[in-house]
Amino acid sequence: MSITAKNLPKEEYFYGHKACAGCGGSLAVRNALKVLGKNAVAVLPAGCMSAVGFNFPQLCFSNNAIISTFAGTASMLTGVEAGLRAKGLTDFTAVGFAGDGGTADIGIQALSGAIDRGDNILYICYDNEAYMNTGIQKSGLTPFGAKTTTTPAGQNIRGNIRPKKNMFEIAAAHDITYAATATVGYMTDFLNKVEKASKIQGTKYIHVIAPCPTGWGVPVSDTVEIAREIVDCGLWYLAEYENGKFTLNRDPEHFTDVSAYLKKQGRFKHLTDADIKLITESRDEKWRRIRNSWVCDG
Amino acid sequence: MKPYLREKRQFGFDDIPESTAFEAGYLVSVNSGWRSIRPVVNAQKCVGCGQCYFYCPDGVLSMENGKAKIDYDFCKGCGICAKLCKPNAIRMEAER
Repeated sequence: MSITAKNLPKEEYFYGHKACAGCGGSLAVRNALKVLGKNAVAVLPAGCMSAVGFNFPQLCFSNNAIISTFAGTASMLTGVEAGLRAKGLTDFTAVGFAGDGGTADIGIQALSGAIDRGDNILYICYDNEAYMNTGIQKSGLTPFGAKTTTTPAGQNIRGNIRPKKNMFEIAAAHDITYAATATVGYMTDFLNKVEKASKIQGTKYIHVIAPCPTGWGVPVSDTVEIAREIVDCGLWYLAEYENGKFTLNRDPEHFTDVSAYLKKQGRFKHLTDADIKLITESRDEKWRRIRNSWVCDG
Repeated sequence: MKPYLREKRQFGFDDIPESTAFEAGYLVSVNSGWRSIRPVVNAQKCVGCGQCYFYCPDGVLSMENGKAKIDYDFCKGCGICAKLCKPNAIRMEAER
């Protein structure tokens, strides 16, 4: 049965946390834990969600949760899963919530190892497109043109000069059991992917876009709208990888205006028309490849 | 079904756990002081669709008798609920 606002379990497992108002990451963690239930064991590396969740003596997780080393989210998940299995437990989910830096830069080796071993874990990357917890530094998942404190916008170089690392397809290239992309803007899609992943035996990777109003330079009330717009304008896609096949869940006939999406955000304010043209062209090129080789079901 | 707020008390060395483990769902402080504006539900307009509850990053909205209810102890006043509310049943008002 599909998960909607009506039948989402009422229990709150991530409550009273100290995330900024309008935080997309905490929205992803809160709702994913509601789907997974009280037997989910959450592993969180250094990052926003561990910084806002564990403030002794306040513990905002009502399920079991533990902080891992920055690089070791996936290896700690392996240990948690093996330990609980050794104790004879079967009804649990070992779930990791790592940010984009903790996934694509610092934790990629441990994640790659866990996928290679085929460990029965669920790894959720909440992607806010920079190291937001430490004050907005560029990560491997920061998109082209975005201004961060380590990629400032000047006269010669306007923000990040490198494109976003393609983490979803990197996970898929391991021939992972299940991988998916999502956004907190389309919550039903995200939560149904979490539920589907929790029932699959093997390594699961879900990459969810979670806007950060502080780092993106948008009003705190716009988190959900901007998380929808990134998909509507084609700069992000909702897709799944399973049994060696890529499936596109949503194939919009028309994209909304890329420059409208970019200009809403403080981190892209400095971009010139030529930069935006470059971003639009790379979007079109990406979608041409997607439509040529992936299966479309939406 | 939320964790409850506990009475804040001083921790002595004897109370601090020997390992780094601590009790889950243990809340001692509220977040309400973060707010400059607060959402107010108009029960007559609320149709109980639950979108505010679905998209609240803090989980402070719940549905009671088919209407939205807000836990002001933990609401940070981001205004996502008011923005998503199709029947305009949630309004942001200045915090006094």
